[in-house]
Amino acid sequence: MSGLLQEMTVKALRLNIPLSVQLDLTYRCNERCVHCYLDHNDKGEMTTAEIKHLLEEMAEAGVFILTLSGGEIFLRKDLFEILEYARQRLTFCVKLKTNAILIRELEAARIRELGVEAIQISIYSHRPEVHDGITLVPGSLKRSLDANRFLKSQGLRVIMANVLMMQNLADYDGVRALAAELGVECTLDPTITPMMDGDRSVLSLGVNQQALRQVFRDSALVGDVDEFCAIPAKPRDSELDSTPCSAGHTTCYVSPYGDVFPCVQFPLPTGNVRRQRFIDIWRHSDQMNEVRSIRMKDLPTCTACTHVGSCTRCPGLAFGEGNMRGPSSQDCEKSFARTGIPSANMLAKRRGNPNLVQIRTLAVPAPDSRSGALL
Amino acid sequence: MSRLYVARNPKVATRRLGGETMIMSGRDSTLFTLNPTATILWQSADGKTPLDEIVEKRICAEFEVEPVEALEDAETLARELARHEILQISPEPIADQNLSGEAR
Repeated sequence: MSGLLQEMTVKALRLNIPLSVQLDLTYRCNERCVHCYLDHNDKGEMTTAEIKHLLEEMAEAGVFILTLSGGEIFLRKDLFEILEYARQRLTFCVKLKTNAILIRELEAARIRELGVEAIQISIYSHRPEVHDGITLVPGSLKRSLDANRFLKSQGLRVIMANVLMMQNLADYDGVRALAAELGVECTLDPTITPMMDGDRSVLSLGVNQQALRQVFRDSALVGDVDEFCAIPAKPRDSELDSTPCSAGHTTCYVSPYGDVFPCVQFPLPTGNVRRQRFIDIWRHSDQMNEVRSIRMKDLPTCTACTHVGSCTRCPGLAFGEGNMRGPSSQDCEKSFARTGIPSANMLAKRRGNPNLVQIRTLAVPAPDSRSGALL
Repeated sequence: MSRLYVARNPKVATRRLGGETMIMSGRDSTLFTLNPTATILWQSADGKTPLDEIVEKRICAEFEVEPVEALEDAETLARELARHEILQISPEPIADQNLSGEAR
């Protein structure tokens, strides 16, 4: 984050303004990514008019950065109407998240014309057999990369977003090289989000501890490995008084059905814009205010953890594990992979979960107490 | 001195935040903030009102500044913003290009 944006974020936090919102326009998708957390059936998306009304309310509330995502946003026939409204009438700073397989020259030119700030495209591998094996759509890598070129040729800012899983573990270097070749940015994220209905089975696709350790020691990714993997210093009191992340503080998420959540990764419903004004949900929802009230010092397990000052703990993932004030195990794994020191949560789990194979004497009552014999 | 006309670039993203204006340049994703005085200039930059009139009627009316000095400062600012393609400047009125950022 740039210094100025950080300054604006601090100001927005002080003024209780939702500076940045992700709005999913649809959960429908033309890919079937193996790790996706969404139910792709349409359960009553907001109409064009409803979305325009919501955008008005968001602009009024002070939202500046609007990320339009899905599902696949280009499946909405009114996408350009919405984009035009968001950019030309309401002057949002618009970012798009897409698989881009429906973007051709015409769409790229229109995106440029509308002054979209950035387009994030999911690319899982430089090899078609791996990328298409994740999206489950043959030919999808080629189409996404073609779109990448169309957008880049328009002078647009393009970001390749790579989710790291065991399935594409060997390919992140290839994706980075591809991004460099195309002159676009590249991000890598080992976080897998549980399904919205709470099903956590997709987490098994994530990278294991050994792989994480390897990734975190790749200087091409993390820069100074010693610094990145250093054991964190004890946090200052001011750090413990800080907020865990921006969810519910300066950012939030709205689903295609109008439900408002603190973040796309934080499945705590706080209200619905079909029934309430966006600003009322933001300011007065009990759930939003509860999220907002939490400080680092209020996290019972994490405050006792070595990693508290440097952990990337996601309160939404923690909520998915049952407690928004609890640890998020995926981030514990990351901290452990970086430093080699288990988190307080990991240690507590080890204490609480005895070994699966135990050898101990069973005290079985003797059938005949007089004999005192053991079976 | 010839008159100068200023118009907001419709390609930029803008939002008011506590008296200031945030502007994201579409050209290079650079973020700018305008202080309350510059915000008035930005809001008044409709391509039709000359800069000296904006300074006289909007800036001098609201802030205790010398008109000559204020106009010099406003011209410097306008040229700087034009350099970043946030504002368009011209000696002639600028045609309406779906101007943005007026009330937000």
